[in-house]
Amino acid sequence: MTKDIYPILIESLQVVTVLVASPLLVGWIRVLKCWSQGRSSAGVFQPFRDISKLFIKETVLAENASWIFRATPYIVFGATVMAGAIIPVISVDLPLSATADIIALVALFAIARFFLALAGMDIGTAFGGMGSSREMMVSSLAEPAMLMSIFTVSLVNSSTSLSQMALVLTSNPIVLRPSLAFALLAFVLIALAENGRIPVDNPATHLELTMIHEAMILEYSGRHLALLEWANMMKLFLFAAIGIACFFPWGIALKDNIGMLPAAFILLAFKLALIGVFIVVAETVLAKMRIFRVPEFLGSAFLFATLGMLSYFILE
Amino acid sequence: MLTQSPLELAIAAILILLATAAIAPVLSRRQNLLISFSFITSAVASLIAVFAGYAAVTGGGVESLVLPIGLPDLPFYLRFDPLSGFFVTIVALLGFMVSIYSIGYVKAFVGHRSVTRLVVFYCLFMAGMLLVLLSDDAYFFMVSWELMAVSSYFLVCFEDDQAQNRRAAFLYLLIAHIGAVLILLSFGLMAGFAKGFENFSGYTFSAMRDSHIPEGWAAVAFFMAFFGFAAKAGVVPLHAWLPEAHPVAPSNVSALMSGVMLKTAVYGIIRVGFDLLHSSDWRWGGVVLIFGLVSAVMGILYALLQNDLKRLLAYSSVENIGIILVCVGLAMIFKSFGMGLLASLALMAGLYHCLNHAMFKGLLFMGAGAVLHATHERNMEGMGGLVHKLKWTAPLFLVGCLSISGLPPFNGFVSEWLTFQSFLLSPALPSPLLNLLIPLGAALVALTGALAARCFIKVYGVTFLGHWRGEHDTVVHEAPWPMRIGMLLAAASCLALGIFPTFVIGWLDIIPETLLAAKISTSASASGWLWLTPVAAERASYSAPIIFIGILVIFATVYLVFHSRTTSVRRAPLWDCGFGKITNRMQYNSTSFSMPTRRIYGFLFNIKETVKYGSNQYLPMLNNRILYHLRVRDRLWQMCYQPFSDASFWLARRVGKLQHGRIQIYLLYSFLTLIVLLVFS
Repeated sequence: MTKDIYPILIESLQVVTVLVASPLLVGWIRVLKCWSQGRSSAGVFQPFRDISKLFIKETVLAENASWIFRATPYIVFGATVMAGAIIPVISVDLPLSATADIIALVALFAIARFFLALAGMDIGTAFGGMGSSREMMVSSLAEPAMLMSIFTVSLVNSSTSLSQMALVLTSNPIVLRPSLAFALLAFVLIALAENGRIPVDNPATHLELTMIHEAMILEYSGRHLALLEWANMMKLFLFAAIGIACFFPWGIALKDNIGMLPAAFILLAFKLALIGVFIVVAETVLAKMRIFRVPEFLGSAFLFATLGMLSYFILE
Repeated sequence: MLTQSPLELAIAAILILLATAAIAPVLSRRQNLLISFSFITSAVASLIAVFAGYAAVTGGGVESLVLPIGLPDLPFYLRFDPLSGFFVTIVALLGFMVSIYSIGYVKAFVGHRSVTRLVVFYCLFMAGMLLVLLSDDAYFFMVSWELMAVSSYFLVCFEDDQAQNRRAAFLYLLIAHIGAVLILLSFGLMAGFAKGFENFSGYTFSAMRDSHIPEGWAAVAFFMAFFGFAAKAGVVPLHAWLPEAHPVAPSNVSALMSGVMLKTAVYGIIRVGFDLLHSSDWRWGGVVLIFGLVSAVMGILYALLQNDLKRLLAYSSVENIGIILVCVGLAMIFKSFGMGLLASLALMAGLYHCLNHAMFKGLLFMGAGAVLHATHERNMEGMGGLVHKLKWTAPLFLVGCLSISGLPPFNGFVSEWLTFQSFLLSPALPSPLLNLLIPLGAALVALTGALAARCFIKVYGVTFLGHWRGEHDTVVHEAPWPMRIGMLLAAASCLALGIFPTFVIGWLDIIPETLLAAKISTSASASGWLWLTPVAAERASYSAPIIFIGILVIFATVYLVFHSRTTSVRRAPLWDCGFGKITNRMQYNSTSFSMPTRRIYGFLFNIKETVKYGSNQYLPMLNNRILYHLRVRDRLWQMCYQPFSDASFWLARRVGKLQHGRIQIYLLYSFLTLIVLLVFS
């Protein structure tokens, strides 16, 4: 009996973790940022309050918004939660993890982005189109770099399934590989770009000419905005989870091992807290770059990732 | 009907098409009847051919026939094997959808021009494509190939009252024939080595299959055939005709040309590379791979900068042919190293992409035709907001955009995924050059996929979303029912091919089995039809049905949760950061959307950007008119075509000096010729 229920339990636990922990991660980053800038913070639970406030508020739709604009928040949320159900966060023994390997996961994020960019163009403002055009400029460079980076990891582990990659990495002795170092470097640069963090985009900006992600969702309000914000927080969390599964999976619960779950939770929290510290340090030290320096930034990420794969083919 | 063999069914379909072409001129006085009759019969013929092709692949056998027509001692050989069957299925499936679509689309010409010619050549074109796939000797192949090329030439210049259209059709015919000459030379070489150069008996494909060609000559034959077919497929740098011919052809013809005619060239490459020539060198595959990569990246970058909807789609076909060739190239490389399983995986990815591209590109061209039909506008800069007016075309076109961008659960993703899997399974090839090439190839394919998504967001966003961008508001009307049904069928097959890949792979698996003696379906569907696992479940798996259902369930749950609540949705004017004076001209358009691309990849193009400030004569300090002019040109045109065209004009002018139009001088020429002949005879 427990054998039958276990997969359902672990899957639900996973989804709930993703839904709950992602605002917490964002809250933690904001708290750290306040501390680093000498401000007093609103606490780690502020993102929950923001989301619930947006859910209560009335939704105002622009007059010529079409069905695409209305469906986008749900599609974005759906694709992101689907990705959250697949990426191994606490345990590699995830029943849905075989549904999509890492390539399909990247494509799931691409669906969300595709609709977001369409929604940006739907209402017919200059800001929306600008946001879409810039977002697609960033992603058209970041997505191949991301694929190349995880291809390197999957070549090392001879699998493209994220659970399998984490499993192989944890069960083998630790080896320092140049290819993985390149891949990690590329992955960090891309994760910053994909999630609209400094130096590529500023999540806190509403200055017209500097925003990318915010420009696309400018016309959203109420529950639509709540869903998009939540999905965006989940995306940051999931990128962190992909990074952990690809490069630092040690501590994740293995197959049929319920006893490892508490430890896995604690280790996950620790790793995420560290990632938060890293993001805050990076965002405090760096300034946002000009939009047309971004291709150079992402181009170098692409180059690093390709170098990683080349070094795997040639050296290993 | 079931008692007929697949080959008989296919021949019946071709005969119906030829008969329709013959009857059509009789009905030319009653244009509406002609359209309904001929497109319904061609739809029926296509449906029969779909069954024939499907049965040929499922049956897996080889069927052949000798027709005692043609020249004396040179009968026509026909052969129907799984590879032909698969391509017949593609041609006929899209042909079926496009024929239904045409019933509505072609009626728009009635009253403007006679459509008899369009109908006749449409049927001949379909028949030509099917005959190319069935033919089993070089002679019949070339006859069918020419039937296809010439009939499509007449379709391209259907609206021949514009000089631009005639020019495009001429360019198409020219490049098609350069290709045809190369193919002919290649067949000649193979036939010569098969049965000797002094007789014709080696012209059948079966003789070529059995022959043993020396290594070097085999390479010459392969590359001549490859470049010949590449001219038809639109591989960079032989793609110049594609963006000229596709936009000017009627949209139903563009759908067929782009969706399936290009595939006959892919068929030719596979037929020659895997079937007729046995020995294969990894360098052949490497060259195919490089041409595929260049076409993929250049094609999509050119597409990104286009403002004409159909021209953009034509460039995107260059990209997709590139991806197919990447798969074919990989398959050839793996085959030459004896890695049968990997070769069949790569070949499967290529074949699957052929099928997918036929469906989504057919859908997109049909959608472009519906937009053209509705707005009489080809330039995207003048469109916008059509999502509110075209209630059917807009969602169907979106399906096409999602599929071509490689997003799950649609079909484009499956073939992209298979391509990546074949790249990822490829390490440890015994050639350092390949170990360098394959990671770069994977990187470029990934880049192409991301750029395709960017490109089709632009297409959809500028054409269908926002406000109308044109100067005057035109009356926009939705496409008639036959057009909607054609597009609906294509969209449904895009979704079905995306959700049930295991069935398609199981059906197709006979082709790599016959060509490469290795099959992947045993491992691909080892975990049941829900899971696509090309090699092993722990290596890679993808389940399109679960992703599709998962997203739908989450979508529905979230939607229902919020709709049980009382908070309302209110419509209000745009907020736009409080900026109130927004006009339709301030929206992002195609040029502005692709501006980052021009900036990043500008070095690949010939771009001329000029801004002129026109000032008011009374207030010279104020600039009240700004003229922006942008010209983007294909750099390859200047590099590869301009020298040839200049040289041929130069030569023509020199030769032209011989002609003065005076009778005396011509008599002098005849006299001199006579003397020369008498002296030397």
